[in-house]
Amino acid sequence: MSNADTRVVVAMSGGVDSSVAAALLVEQGYDVVGMMMRLWSEETIGGRVNNRCCTPDQMADARRIADKLDIPFYVLDTKDVFREKIVEFFIDQHRQGVTPNPCMECNRHIRFDWLQGHALALDAEYLATGHYARIDRDENGQFLLKKGVDESKDQSYVLSVMGQEQLRHAMFPVGEHPKSEVRKIAEKFGLPTASKKDSQDLCFLGDGDYRRFLNVYAPEVMAAGPIVRKTGEVIGEHQGLANYTIGQRKGLGIYAPEPLYVIGMNPYRNALVVGTADELGATALIAKRVNWVSGETPSEPFRAEVKIRYKAMAIPAWVEPVGDDEFRVEFDEPVRDITPGQGAVIYNGDTCLGGGIIQRQN
Amino acid sequence: MAVRRSIYLDHSASTPTDPRVVEAMMPYFTEIYGNPSSSHSFGRRAERAIEDARDMIAQIFNCKPSEIVFTSGGSEADNLAIRGAAWNARQAGKNGHLITTPTEHDAVSRTVEQLAEVMGFSHTTLLVDRFGVVSESDFERSIREDTVIASLIYANNEVGTIQPLTELAKIAHEKNVLFHTDAVQAAGQMPLNIQALGVDLLSISAHKFYGPKGVGALYVRDGIELTPSQSGGSHESGRRAGTHNTPFIVGMAKALQLAYEESEIHLAHYRAMRDRLIDGVLSRVPNAQLTGHPEQRLPSHASFIFDGIESNLLLSHLDLKGIAASSGSACKTGNPEPSGVLLAMGYSEKEALSSLRLTVGRQTTAEDIDYTVTTLAEVVEKLAKLALV
Repeated sequence: MSNADTRVVVAMSGGVDSSVAAALLVEQGYDVVGMMMRLWSEETIGGRVNNRCCTPDQMADARRIADKLDIPFYVLDTKDVFREKIVEFFIDQHRQGVTPNPCMECNRHIRFDWLQGHALALDAEYLATGHYARIDRDENGQFLLKKGVDESKDQSYVLSVMGQEQLRHAMFPVGEHPKSEVRKIAEKFGLPTASKKDSQDLCFLGDGDYRRFLNVYAPEVMAAGPIVRKTGEVIGEHQGLANYTIGQRKGLGIYAPEPLYVIGMNPYRNALVVGTADELGATALIAKRVNWVSGETPSEPFRAEVKIRYKAMAIPAWVEPVGDDEFRVEFDEPVRDITPGQGAVIYNGDTCLGGGIIQRQN
Repeated sequence: MAVRRSIYLDHSASTPTDPRVVEAMMPYFTEIYGNPSSSHSFGRRAERAIEDARDMIAQIFNCKPSEIVFTSGGSEADNLAIRGAAWNARQAGKNGHLITTPTEHDAVSRTVEQLAEVMGFSHTTLLVDRFGVVSESDFERSIREDTVIASLIYANNEVGTIQPLTELAKIAHEKNVLFHTDAVQAAGQMPLNIQALGVDLLSISAHKFYGPKGVGALYVRDGIELTPSQSGGSHESGRRAGTHNTPFIVGMAKALQLAYEESEIHLAHYRAMRDRLIDGVLSRVPNAQLTGHPEQRLPSHASFIFDGIESNLLLSHLDLKGIAASSGSACKTGNPEPSGVLLAMGYSEKEALSSLRLTVGRQTTAEDIDYTVTTLAEVVEKLAKLALV
């Protein structure tokens, strides 16, 4: 089947990466269709702030790029499923004193589930995105998820929730190019968004301010409460659990003989738990909600590199699967900032093997 | 890219300009380009063209040429009629009550809304039955001492239903209320004999009857005063300022003339294609319902709801299969609102988000219809399965 007979739906956001993804596919002769998701927007709940994503401006940008590339462009109403699976999840996680990664959830439930389903229904073989990653196949025909060629810009971390079926019908055109090339490609195609800044914040926050958002939708996680040591001793007051992250030292507003760090959160008491540097580090973690990209749980413990945050470096460790929906990671050295709710993503060189959601230190 | 069929079934949205109309317009760009208001020979030649156009339209309307006002389209004509009458009443010291239906085009309903919000006019929205037909008794009951104008659409754009204008106009006149009708969809297919209809004001828009976009007209019965919306020069007897768009006015008149001269052929064709489409859809597409009046509907117009299928999605699928259609709840920005017209007719919110409008034209063939029916059946079935997952 030639490329011309292969339909690819590109998820477009109006930004550089997805625009270049679309342009590359058009250049390669695919039957490209552009789609954009109209996500949940705060204004529909009566707030004043417009979320950063899917503003009329963004939509107009995406539409203009589609016009330039001469591809059809449709907008999908994704509001309800997005609000239910991502926004409410985000709020709920904060209520449990956990720091979620909604982008991973979105890839799990929205992009490579809901949206991919719609793409396939439109007779497309693939859903392509502007994610900076690569897909490869091993000698057995298994799909492999790999980092983008520019490791520093790699986004495979948030794609670690994908399995064989999702990868079979996905494409990441920009991941093959050095990041510096991507903007040049945009300029080469004369794409109007070539100079647009990449966005870093959560897409459904109008102003990137998740504190204000939580103040409106879950004021209880922004309620002041006690700062305690592991012993239970109260040593100060915090301004709402959602304001803090594990490993944080500054801004606690407490005076102590030695530096104290946030080591945990207790939502039941609305307490922020702090401790010394030794109490902060841990050598192991437990993760659940596990996804193995291969589709099979490894039978034995194995060596790998593990990232505990999107922006963290991958650290050498032992990974030990415990049943099908859990694994334990034991690091060679104590690691700080192990944060429940974040993804623990496992790498073997530049191949992402999968990951899970951190439950607790061990 | 793979070759795709291209079937246009959105004639209610716009129509291709008839090549004979384009030909009639051509001299007025580079040869007869004078400003029709100028007193020199260049201006006079252009003026003659627009006055000939005016005469032609007046003939079809069975009214006086002086009763035709040229505008930039149907929306402007609606605005001029309603705001013009309302402001005029206000100037004469009357407070003002307006009557419309819930099945009007936005150009009517938003104008009324604005008059209510900004200028304190009161208004009543009439009841319609499940086909969108206005209740005559409800209309009569709603007329008050201070009612200035009633605007009731001739043929509805979403569901194609035709109102009993003559009867409604009679009621309005018995009670001394101005009667405007938005005939934007109706013009080209329905009788436009003003004397027979009995209306006081009537709007048309050229691009709905194979004329160019950007030009329309408002019939204003002799003796009716409207306060202009667009001020400036004294064009159109002081009712609508702005240099006449000579080629487009000529085009509109030509298109209207062709539509009525050739109406027998065209209407027969529309009805044949439309009925073939309706029969096909109702018999082969699962969970389809016809919306609007089954008999009193525009010859070119078919509209449906498909149980459980979202309009926007349906339109995208159809577009990729080469079929162009539209929907009352569709939204290019992915934020669909349930069709207000369907809600007023008694449909549920869910139903009002699943409507599809297909309107045939002069070039529509039986093959086009058959392909459309087959494709619709496939797509609706596929989307129904998706929704269950």
